[in-house]
Amino acid sequence: MKQKRSEQIIGHVILIVGALLALYPFVSILLLSLTPSAKGGATAATSVTFENYLTAWTRGSFDSALISSAIVALAVVVGAGAVSILGGYALATMKFRGKWLLAGILIVGLVVPYEGLIIPLYYQLEGMGLLNTYWALILPQIATSISLGVFWMRTFFMSVPASLLEAARVDGASRFGALMKIYLPIAWPAVGTLSVLIFLFTWNEFLMPLVLVSQNPDVQTAPLSLSFFAGSQRTTDPAVTAAAAVIVALPILIVYVFLQRRFISGIVAGAVKE
Amino acid sequence: MSATSHASRARTRRNGGESASPVRRRPRLDNVAYLYLIPAFAFYGIFMLRPIAESIWISFFDWDGITESVWTGWDNYAAVINNPLIWEALLHSLVFIVFYALLPSVLALIFVAVISRIRVYGLTFFRAVLFIPYVLSTVVVAVAWRWIYDINGPLNNFLDAIGLGFLTRAWIGDFTTALPSVGLIGTWIMFGLGFVLFMAGAQKIPFDLYEAARLDGAGAVREFFAVTLPGLRGEISVALVLMITAALRNFDIVWNTTSGGPGTSTTVPSYYVYQGAFMTRDVGGASALAVLLTIIILAAVGLTMYLLKEKEPRQRTQLRRRARKEGSA
Repeated sequence: MKQKRSEQIIGHVILIVGALLALYPFVSILLLSLTPSAKGGATAATSVTFENYLTAWTRGSFDSALISSAIVALAVVVGAGAVSILGGYALATMKFRGKWLLAGILIVGLVVPYEGLIIPLYYQLEGMGLLNTYWALILPQIATSISLGVFWMRTFFMSVPASLLEAARVDGASRFGALMKIYLPIAWPAVGTLSVLIFLFTWNEFLMPLVLVSQNPDVQTAPLSLSFFAGSQRTTDPAVTAAAAVIVALPILIVYVFLQRRFISGIVAGAVKE
Repeated sequence: MSATSHASRARTRRNGGESASPVRRRPRLDNVAYLYLIPAFAFYGIFMLRPIAESIWISFFDWDGITESVWTGWDNYAAVINNPLIWEALLHSLVFIVFYALLPSVLALIFVAVISRIRVYGLTFFRAVLFIPYVLSTVVVAVAWRWIYDINGPLNNFLDAIGLGFLTRAWIGDFTTALPSVGLIGTWIMFGLGFVLFMAGAQKIPFDLYEAARLDGAGAVREFFAVTLPGLRGEISVALVLMITAALRNFDIVWNTTSGGPGTSTTVPSYYVYQGAFMTRDVGGASALAVLLTIIILAAVGLTMYLLKEKEPRQRTQLRRRARKEGSA
């Protein structure tokens, strides 16, 4: 295809401007966080300091918050992943009564907002004695990840040729044996992408931690800690808050840099797969 | 996310399976399937379905969360509907739909239209960078933008520097600018999502369609409306569902930037749900509002999908082909 040179240049300029706008807010707090005593704010930085990070780290106890986030997100990934593999396998390869009804009920979970269930969830977990524990985040977030997970795995398992399963059955493999020996080994890329998605959604969730674990600093996740820190530190240095935000953003950004292809393809496939 | 798609696949599969097989056999039922689905439905039932049902139940009671609850019928709903503050909050949600869904979609479509006509160097890089806002935690995003909008922040410095100093203000602390300022954060977040989805869709549009359009003498604009836009119908529908849902349940950004203020100028329904349930202890009223919000979101999703339902021949032949394949299998 022949292209006009001007069109080429305009296209790239637009992309570069877009990329700068996408990065700018993050870059601006990065710069702010490195500015010594930014109380005036407007003064240009003459030297670079990491003191704000030290202050944020010690005052906000972000080490414990990051560990909490990691524990919760990993537990949800493992739990929701295992449960989704089993459910998706059944929906993809087995015939049974009520299949479409069950699938329909699961679809609801893709669009229902957490606001519609958070209030009873709070009292339910309180009744179970789980409020302000890791379980208060892990168990509900496994539940909210299941709709996506089951359909994700179902779609993948349906793309596996039925002859593979038949061959395995003829060789005497059980249903479960076929899942473990035939389906799962070829499903690892799909499971990997699903895990990345669930990890990110769980890590970034805000409403659930705010409602369910806000009373226990030991269990607070990183976004929640940052929210409390930024809210209570309004009177102090904005540079310290900026440093705290960078601390909370960095782990996810690092994961994203390594897995961005998987992540983007996951969003595209998860959203658009017909 | 993929609700329509699965529904349509389900339909295809059932039709294809039954009509194509010449001998009607009773399918062998695998009752072991229930065993595989028990874990999923245990979690889903206990921590999603049950609370949803209970939300509806609680919404008919006057309850402070501690003392005995009293059945009040539809009173909570009447109170919600007669509360002007709720209507104001809903109006804000509509404004957020413009900023969270309409604006980023249009911007992303323009980007894709420009880029789909040229060979882009470093597309993977640009795509990854433009998607970062969607990946970051909303709390981080809120902190960053609060600084940008700060009275001493970069935005005001910039306006000062270019001689527009009279415009400077505390953007999210000002009654007139708070709502659009918070909305623009949503545009910034959602743009990347739209861009990534539309790019993926544009790459699937058959190249000969573009060639045909060009042979017919279509310029860039005609080409966009005749080929690109119709080809992206599915992606647009998905993007709008995700964006409108995010706009209607916007809580994180509002909570972490303005907390609904100044005054009530940036309040949203989900903010009142949280406040009613966990601060002012009107649990029944908050539940009624939560139920209404859920219904509004489900209706918005349904309407979006209905309006943008795929009707193109391309899609139909694809479905037919799949139906045939599954029928013969």
